[in-house]
Amino acid sequence: MTSRDVKIINETGFHARPAQLFVQKASQFQSAIKVKKEDGMEADAKSILGLMTLALVKGTTITIEADGVDEKEAVEELVKLIESKFGEE
Amino acid sequence: MVVKKLLSGIGVAEGIKFGKALLYNPVASQDIAIREFIDSEEVEKELAKLRVAKKEAFNELEKLIEKTKETLGENKADILRAQQNFLDDPAFYPEIEKKITNDKYSAENAVQKIVEQFAFIFDGMENEYLRERASDVRDLGRRLMAQLHGKKGMQLSDIKEEVILVADDLTPSDTVQLDKNYVLGFITKIGGKTSHTAIISKSLGIPAIVGVGKEIETIKNGDFLIIDGKSGTCIINPDDKTLAKYKQQIAKEEEENEILAKFTFKSAITIDGFQVEVAANIGTIKEAKVAVESGAEGVGLYRTEFLFMNEKEMPDEEKQYQAYKEVAKTFGEKPVIIRTLDIGGDKELSYLDLPKEMNPFLGYRAIRISLSQQELLVTQLRAILRASIYGKLKIMFPMVSSLEEFRQAKVIFQDVQKQLEQEGIDFDESIEVGIMVEIPSTAVLADQFAKEVDFFSIGTNDLVQYTLAVDRMNEKVAYLYDYFHPAVLNLINTVITAGHRNGKWVGMCGGMAGDSLAAPLLIGMGLDEWSMSSGHIKKIKYVISKLKLAECKELVKEILQLDTTEAVRQELEGFYKRNITL
Repeated sequence: MTSRDVKIINETGFHARPAQLFVQKASQFQSAIKVKKEDGMEADAKSILGLMTLALVKGTTITIEADGVDEKEAVEELVKLIESKFGEE
Repeated sequence: MVVKKLLSGIGVAEGIKFGKALLYNPVASQDIAIREFIDSEEVEKELAKLRVAKKEAFNELEKLIEKTKETLGENKADILRAQQNFLDDPAFYPEIEKKITNDKYSAENAVQKIVEQFAFIFDGMENEYLRERASDVRDLGRRLMAQLHGKKGMQLSDIKEEVILVADDLTPSDTVQLDKNYVLGFITKIGGKTSHTAIISKSLGIPAIVGVGKEIETIKNGDFLIIDGKSGTCIINPDDKTLAKYKQQIAKEEEENEILAKFTFKSAITIDGFQVEVAANIGTIKEAKVAVESGAEGVGLYRTEFLFMNEKEMPDEEKQYQAYKEVAKTFGEKPVIIRTLDIGGDKELSYLDLPKEMNPFLGYRAIRISLSQQELLVTQLRAILRASIYGKLKIMFPMVSSLEEFRQAKVIFQDVQKQLEQEGIDFDESIEVGIMVEIPSTAVLADQFAKEVDFFSIGTNDLVQYTLAVDRMNEKVAYLYDYFHPAVLNLINTVITAGHRNGKWVGMCGGMAGDSLAAPLLIGMGLDEWSMSSGHIKKIKYVISKLKLAECKELVKEILQLDTTEAVRQELEGFYKRNITL
């Protein structure tokens, strides 16, 4: 299992488009991927509905946790996506 | 060569009909309260239903997206695209499936639960964007529900050719949609003698057989059926000889009907001059008009719940007032007894959100709901009182099991009267307030009740169910369900005697009042008002016209000595044969 913490820095947080991009990216990997919040809530990284229920706004720190054959790449790519502010601005 | 086959069930509305079978799969329409749970063997069927709904919803969205792109642009289309994505979301669709598979939820119920689960979370969010997602999820939910509800599926009101309807069950809202001109009769897998399906088929005069059981599945669409609503038999693809026999019987019944028709508008009076009032049970304005044409001398039971059941939300005072007014005017000087809301049991209201109960007939229903959610009762009483100036209305409370309940209801009634007085609204101040006697405790204490109520109306359907501990919906114990059980007769006699001793009139609005075989007994007991399905009125008037009060009183004495249902039936059948030809 691989996991990493990352802070959401884009203005709109996990808005429609960012969330969609995140799910799209996550779905490219075979590993089971979870997104966890500090308050213990978690969601399937491949579920846009699930992610939305986490109310991920700018400034929230999340843990991305992957388990499977491609877990390392998965975590790395997803963190990169968040850090790139989903291409916003 | 199609093989002839015989099915048997419980005949609930007399008459022989033949015609083409139409299998009706109750994909509940929007205004039908959804079924919440399914049986294990239905899981596959439910999942399949859900899959179809999902696919259809997806396609529907696809079309909408294309159209939106053209007219409103890519951005707006994205909103719909998001909905489409929700459909495939691992937190959504598989969760709905799980509810069906693991918790035995119906597809509709599962969709609603999951949709609300998400909508609830979104509703509570600070972020406005996310809060708005609640409406997306709900919209998607509605789309799925519309598909599940069979927006494109069969609607009873769509039937435009003569058929005999074959179904698992029909909900009360299904049956009110039936068009007598096309639906010649129906036959259902479940249900009992007094299920609401049965009651409505009677009042519409549509022959019906219920409680046929699994065998009903042998009927195929388009099979030629003969149904006999009296004996409860259904013949699939009969041979010519059988058909001829039934045709002959129909001819005989038509002949009888001609004789009976002469009694439609006559008074119900015995040879020796004892007169009673024969009234009708109604649920809708449509039935009120049928009742008048059938010779009803009033309404002994106006079931107001149909006013509530065909709605998506609670009908307000004005809407109720209009309905009561219309019925009051239809009957003019003739009395109309309005029963306050009798919901619960087998009658659900989607907007009241009543919890599922283990024993709904022993649970939160009828006056129990009215007394705990008093605003419902107040609204209804206001509407009734306002309508009372247009005719002769009476008020009846259902399911009263103790004097405290009646007293509480009476206090509310008096408060409503005061309210209206203060508001300067006219109403009939002499309006009678009575109760339905359908719980054994009330029948036993009839003497005490009789001092405070204006009248009794015996509801035999529930009285039998509660006295004999027989679920009237359960076909397995249907054979035990019989109002000729000596214990039931004893209670009925107690109630009538207690009423009369205290100078109060006593009516009956259950199935027994419309049963010709019971008529001599009820005459003998002195029943004042008989309320029944309109279809029975002329026959009962005819039967009464052949009776003598003195003889019937003797009959009652003998019957009350008997110890078994069987013995009572035999005695009554003998008496009937000796005195009545038809």
